[in-house]
Amino acid sequence: MTSASLPPTDLPGLDPQWSRIVSAPDAEGVQREWHVIDTAPAEPIGTVLCVHGNPTWSYTFRSIVAELSDNWRVIAPDHLGMGFSERTDEVHTLADRIDELGSLTDALDISGPVLVVAHDWGGPISLGWAERHRQLVAGIVLLNTAVSQPDDANVPALIGAARAGGLLRTVTQRTRAFLDGTLRLAHPTLPREVADAYRAPYRSAARRQSIAGFVADIPLESDHPSRATLDAVAEGLLALRETPTLLVWGPRDPVFADRYLRDLQRRLPQAQTHRFEGAGHLVIEDAPVAAAVRRFADDLAAGRTRELRSHPPLLPATSAERRTLWSALEGRAGDNAVAVVEMGRRGPARTITWKQLAATVRDLSAGLTAVGVRPEDRVALLVPPGADLTAVLYATWRAGAVPVIADAGLGLPGLRRALRGANVQHVIGVARGLSAAKGMGLPGTYISVGGFAPGLRRALGVDYTVVELAQIGRQLPTSSTPLVTAEAAVLFTSGATGPAKGVVYRHAQLEAQRDIVRDTFGIGPGDRLVAAFAPFALFGPALGIASAVPDMDVTKPGTLTSRALANAIAAIDASLVFAAPAALRNIVRTASTLDPAQRARCERVRLLLSAGAPVSREMLRAASNVLGGCEAHTPYGMTEALPVADVTLDELEVGGRGNGVLVGHPVTGVQVAISPLDASGAATGPLTDSPDVSGEICVRGPHIKDHYDQLWATQRDSARDHGWHRTGDIGHLDVDGRLWVEGRIAHVITTPVGVVTPVGPEQRLERLDAVHLAAVVGVGPPGRQVVVAVVEAPLQDEGVASVELVDSLRLAAGIDFAAALVVDSLPVDVRHNSKIDRLEVSALAAKVLSGGGGASL
Amino acid sequence: MRVLVTGGTSLLGAAVAQRLSDRGDDVVTMQRGEAAAPWMQLRGDIRDAAAVSSATEGVDAVVHLAARVSVVGEWDEFESVNVGGTQNVLDAVRAHGISRLVHVSSPSVAHFGEPLVAADADPADAERAHGHYARTKAMAEKLVLDAVDDSLSAVAVRPHLVWGPGDTQLLGRIVERATSGRLVLINGGSALIDTTYLDNAADALVAALDRVDDISGEAFVVTNGEPRTVAELLTRICRAAGVPEPTRSVPRSVASGVGAVVERAWSATGREGEPPMTRFLAEQLSTAHWFDQRRTQECLQWTPAVSLAQGFERLAAAYKRRKV
Repeated sequence: MTSASLPPTDLPGLDPQWSRIVSAPDAEGVQREWHVIDTAPAEPIGTVLCVHGNPTWSYTFRSIVAELSDNWRVIAPDHLGMGFSERTDEVHTLADRIDELGSLTDALDISGPVLVVAHDWGGPISLGWAERHRQLVAGIVLLNTAVSQPDDANVPALIGAARAGGLLRTVTQRTRAFLDGTLRLAHPTLPREVADAYRAPYRSAARRQSIAGFVADIPLESDHPSRATLDAVAEGLLALRETPTLLVWGPRDPVFADRYLRDLQRRLPQAQTHRFEGAGHLVIEDAPVAAAVRRFADDLAAGRTRELRSHPPLLPATSAERRTLWSALEGRAGDNAVAVVEMGRRGPARTITWKQLAATVRDLSAGLTAVGVRPEDRVALLVPPGADLTAVLYATWRAGAVPVIADAGLGLPGLRRALRGANVQHVIGVARGLSAAKGMGLPGTYISVGGFAPGLRRALGVDYTVVELAQIGRQLPTSSTPLVTAEAAVLFTSGATGPAKGVVYRHAQLEAQRDIVRDTFGIGPGDRLVAAFAPFALFGPALGIASAVPDMDVTKPGTLTSRALANAIAAIDASLVFAAPAALRNIVRTASTLDPAQRARCERVRLLLSAGAPVSREMLRAASNVLGGCEAHTPYGMTEALPVADVTLDELEVGGRGNGVLVGHPVTGVQVAISPLDASGAATGPLTDSPDVSGEICVRGPHIKDHYDQLWATQRDSARDHGWHRTGDIGHLDVDGRLWVEGRIAHVITTPVGVVTPVGPEQRLERLDAVHLAAVVGVGPPGRQVVVAVVEAPLQDEGVASVELVDSLRLAAGIDFAAALVVDSLPVDVRHNSKIDRLEVSALAAKVLSGGGGASL
Repeated sequence: MRVLVTGGTSLLGAAVAQRLSDRGDDVVTMQRGEAAAPWMQLRGDIRDAAAVSSATEGVDAVVHLAARVSVVGEWDEFESVNVGGTQNVLDAVRAHGISRLVHVSSPSVAHFGEPLVAADADPADAERAHGHYARTKAMAEKLVLDAVDDSLSAVAVRPHLVWGPGDTQLLGRIVERATSGRLVLINGGSALIDTTYLDNAADALVAALDRVDDISGEAFVVTNGEPRTVAELLTRICRAAGVPEPTRSVPRSVASGVGAVVERAWSATGREGEPPMTRFLAEQLSTAHWFDQRRTQECLQWTPAVSLAQGFERLAAAYKRRKV
């Protein structure tokens, strides 16, 4: 037996002032000494009770102590036998530990409200405690933990290894295998001194006895002594369903995989979730967890317990006024006119009439419902754009399920992260898509588009084909109509900066988006659309207009030739063309291959829309000229809000010069406001619509995303101005109310004399004959940066720009650049192949200007 | 106010004395040599404690610039001037009850070879500083700041790469090398560095003297707050002087190697003066060192009056006058 002691005073991040030794009885009634972190301000809001798991100790919560102890009392005990608490020879079961935590909190005389924070096996202990102290508990934060072993789950490998016959003591106590194995789960690797601090109380085998005891106490078997206690804790959660709860998760956890998160989400349906993509079991080391807990605690203190939404609460519309996403399709259910055309090399490869499409969608949706796809189930659609995707998408909507649509542009690892994180319950895909889904381990019903040979079908685990489902559904009643408030889609951001974020839309929001697109571009029943831009390829049926997908790889816009475009236009006598800038570039480049008849077809187009990335007015004019000089627009928006604003080519040509890219007036129904930047480049200012104030662009409208998926803290930040969405873009409004985009928040340059936004100066530099492309970036720490120009200047050598070039750049931009560098090519982001990756440019410039990196980038 | 300026014949020392004199202060300078100047000049070696003591008699404040500045030379020489000389000043200040001291230091006292990016005035560290000059200056700065108490207000000011018309130290050497075609860039001259135009450095020292009671015990780096690449600085200096611009570049590793060889050869052959390339110089010309000036400007209540661009114009005019 060893009594409790205070931790060494030199552990990184741990203030010795926080620690004390407290005496409280153990489960047997014997007084024991505990090491407890206990620190409080003069008048705390309440108590944060942090309960660690195995084999860690209270040290794991040091960031939360530092973050919250300015206005909360923060208590983090080491369990008996753990950390620096007293060592005893007794076995402590889960029930004992729940009792002991209660004795300790009595001895500490804690008062409510209590915010419980727990990790790993601290979860069951603290929840057991919470169930007994409901009158005190105001909120719960759970980090990678579990209260039950789901039936479909295998025993976590690490635990299994530790429990394997006779090895328990060797793995957990005699050696440091289990301890070190757990510390190695950090991403990135823990700094050595931090890992050593975790190890500090566990230097000898004798001090590790309770690590072994904890592992032995995991009730994997149904007759395990702690099984009944754990089951009681799990069932007791029913009583905590009113308690605000935040689930914080590191998905790269070999112990507590996502399925344990799902289990907790089912048991605590009120819980908010934040998954830190890329983080693992030691999520508190891997990700800014303390900042998230701070927000959650602030909300508790302020009585804000619901997730901040990007909208005021949605009101269910009456059925008379509501137009569902498939209303137009059903309205034309008897129409034998063409609805969707998929173009092949020589002409229409596939033509679907309104009547066919409506019947397929109806039957398929009934079939989906029949085979167990429930309302609000998430369904991954791994089908390339075209007639099949259109049918599957509308059928999924019609069945009340939620399509999860991830762009192949995310790459396989990105796709895997996105789909696994989105809690997909079913998969509909072509062979390649299903194969990928199987490789990712996506669960649920697998439905194939197209039939396969029996062998392949078995190999891919196909449960049904779409044709089979439509046959099943033909005899069945139509699925019930989802409410406007039901989730309608999960889309993903580009992932250009960090992992792609899931974006959740509800039906009301997609219906509003359809109406805003229709009204912004004056789309009427007589219009027909060539959709060479993936998202818009799906909008035809919702708008009630025919659409054609040209012969191209829709995921690679640059593959669209002018002839393929002309053929698609001819196939439906199109009046509208929606395309990405890369497609327009190729159309212009290949325009001379058009024959007179094709040219004549093209000239009947009334409107060209360029979307997906910025486009130069010269390119837009050239593309418009290929289409007979038609009206051309380029809307501004993002995955979370599209469109926000719209500008015509004519407007761009008349008044498109200023500080940034002119993106036009907010579209009807959409409000734009600016949150001004402070000196550190943070958008902290109150929303304003005053002209010529630069700041974060904030958007309000009925078609804005509902929320980010399982990213509570991100959602809270993006929606912190109630009912508004923060875009992360920087810009300003001009005196005419037009919006100008000046770059991304992350690209704002913060100098000692103020902030600089990059886009305006870059445009001024690019007007110089010598400069093809320019990036304006900051070098140095935030608030102390200097401004550097990095340019593609083909007639100059790579490296430090000549004095003449520097002079002309400073003059043109009106900025006293500390340096200018010439490069052969600037890095552009992978997905759009047009947006300059300024963060990478900044890193390169910093390296060169440090003197160490040589003169070439 | 009666002010003693040590090292009064240096470019910066003379400029400080001129400014103090212009505004009506009673200026005394002390130095080994003599120059034409309208204020009282005392000849004396800073290593001579008695001379320093008698120079401080009756003054209200001291601006201490006298130092051994070089990239080569024997340790004893640096130590006796930079450390011993400063100790003499401190002793004299104590002996005569003088309450204000501005000690002119150098950013090199806190530069340990790594790039300095938006740096502030980190503590001087004689152990880690590179070269005899930086080490002895670090020791001197520590002596001064440690001496601060109720009866003595002292501040260390570290002007970075001071240049201006008449400069023979930095500019003279660059121009001389450019003239003989020996001026090369290291790593393309891409390192970003801060410099200080002479007048601004002098203004900052006067400002420090005026504010010393409020900022006592602190160290400040002083620069123009306009970092530039080495390539741009050298090119503009050569243009102002009307000499050939540097066009050749060598990698840092080569420059350092050459520097080491030259240093050894130089001392082995017992040659006088400065060798053309030293490791210290190679490091200075290939490593970023620029500074965050917000604290300096706020505490000294000073901002540079002359921009780099104006400075280069004045420099060009000065070179032109000399030629004429």
